[in-house]
Amino acid sequence: MVLEKFELKGTGLKSQAVKDGSVLTMPCNPKLQYSWDTGQAVGRYLDGLKEGKLIGKKCGGCNRIMIPPRMFCELCFKDTGDWVELEDTGKVNTFSICHVNWDASRLPQGALPHLPAVIEIDGASEGMGILHVLGEADPKEIKIGMKVKAVWKTANERAGAITDIRYFKPLR
Amino acid sequence: MRRVAIVGAGITKFVRRAQETGKELSFEATKMALDSCGLTLKDIDMVTLGTAPDAFDGVHMKGEWLSDGAGAWRKPYMRNFVGGGTGVFAPIHGFFHVASGMADTCMVVCEEKMSSCYPHPQGAFKTIFDHTLEQPLNPTLIWIFALEMNRYMNTYGLTKKDIAGVSVKNKRNALDHPSAQIPENITVEDVLNSETLAWPVNRLDISPASDGAAAVILCSEEKAKKITDRPVWISGVGWNIDTAYWATKDLSYPRYVEKAARQAYEMAGIKEPHKEIQVAEPYDPFSYKELHHMEGLLLCKKGEAARMLADGVTERTGNLPTCPSGGALGVGNPIAATGLMKIIEIFLQLRGEAGKRQVPGNPRVGLAQAWGDLMQVGTVVVMKS
Repeated sequence: MVLEKFELKGTGLKSQAVKDGSVLTMPCNPKLQYSWDTGQAVGRYLDGLKEGKLIGKKCGGCNRIMIPPRMFCELCFKDTGDWVELEDTGKVNTFSICHVNWDASRLPQGALPHLPAVIEIDGASEGMGILHVLGEADPKEIKIGMKVKAVWKTANERAGAITDIRYFKPLR
Repeated sequence: MRRVAIVGAGITKFVRRAQETGKELSFEATKMALDSCGLTLKDIDMVTLGTAPDAFDGVHMKGEWLSDGAGAWRKPYMRNFVGGGTGVFAPIHGFFHVASGMADTCMVVCEEKMSSCYPHPQGAFKTIFDHTLEQPLNPTLIWIFALEMNRYMNTYGLTKKDIAGVSVKNKRNALDHPSAQIPENITVEDVLNSETLAWPVNRLDISPASDGAAAVILCSEEKAKKITDRPVWISGVGWNIDTAYWATKDLSYPRYVEKAARQAYEMAGIKEPHKEIQVAEPYDPFSYKELHHMEGLLLCKKGEAARMLADGVTERTGNLPTCPSGGALGVGNPIAATGLMKIIEIFLQLRGEAGKRQVPGNPRVGLAQAWGDLMQVGTVVVMKS
């Protein structure tokens, strides 16, 4: 068989045809709401964030100190042990300089780019990192391996959420 | 295990927004697969369907919803889903049915209709991130690719220029694919000068959102010999998943792809993949992913895929052509259907039926690979003529 000998199906629509109604569509706007239980490990992690601390958990099998904390070690496949308070400093494992919103639309003119980063937290095992964002940082000067420190919301503002850390800033 | 052959294939055009419903697209690909080898639905014992998140279509139980378009009613049927890896997992799922002796013939269908989700299917991707610890940071799917690409570049000292050639090659190859959505003749400079979305990712480093469907028919050896004198054998399959925790894995190297590849190579009796694989379709949703995956597939040493690209080794005329179809970057990326499009390309290449896309030298051994979830799933199929 050769693809070129078939008349392939699939009719590409122009967005104008949808807008002007020459092709009919059926709109749907579901209003689903969820309330996610945080669980035991992440629940305790969020309690720590509210107190302005980063809390990890140690596996007695492989001795890894893990962040975010987990109730079970996926490698040893057994219950993890002690809770461990970690530093609120770390180093940048990788980062991006993002100029678009979630729908790939451009950030407004003059808006600062988003600076997502994977940050390896000090006190956790080698390579353990979390996703967060950088701030007070010149995009041109961000480097992989750069030392950073958490900038926290005030105690009154903290709600027990990952956003209790506003961002991580470069340590100079 | 019994030998399993691919004997027929069908595919639709890949388009940004199709007028057809998902069921209609599935029907067109399935019907074409039957017609391509002179079978009818009565000849099909079992059906498996691969399709990615329900959130694209906004239809729960999407497998059941698409089942009539896949020709599945009143047959043993199941939907399979491993994120972006689905398109190459679906034929593995079909392989189980035939290799085990449970079926003599199995229809494998993959469908994706991403356009139903608006203003952009990226909205459906938002919920793949951890709901408590990551979604509040407003991540976009592009972040994870940008983060991984940066780590990959940093580890091996690569530049954006070293990687941009993947987009140039694949979009050019797609000029010869009748399903292609965005085939184009562009230059490395065009890629580097296109809009930066999330550094280091530019607009021309990314595959588009697409609608489309594809299908293949799998058969036992006995059946295959009655249907065609040119069966293509599925000689090795592998699939693997790694952790979703950031930085608990090495972002510069897809270890899960290597594990899936080793599983498939062992089954296919392949000892030196870089010498024995003659044509490959690694998954290329972003330009750097083709290189990342070539390394995971052991088609070169770590960090050396960009050198092969620069030397022309991965062109259709090179020693190891990659994505001769035009890949996700050129043909389009209707997630599950893309993986099966890659399987179909290797099927046609090994039969010498790829038309203008045909790589020279009568290749006898090829592979297709897909990848998905949060940088954690690899699926690999090795095929021989």
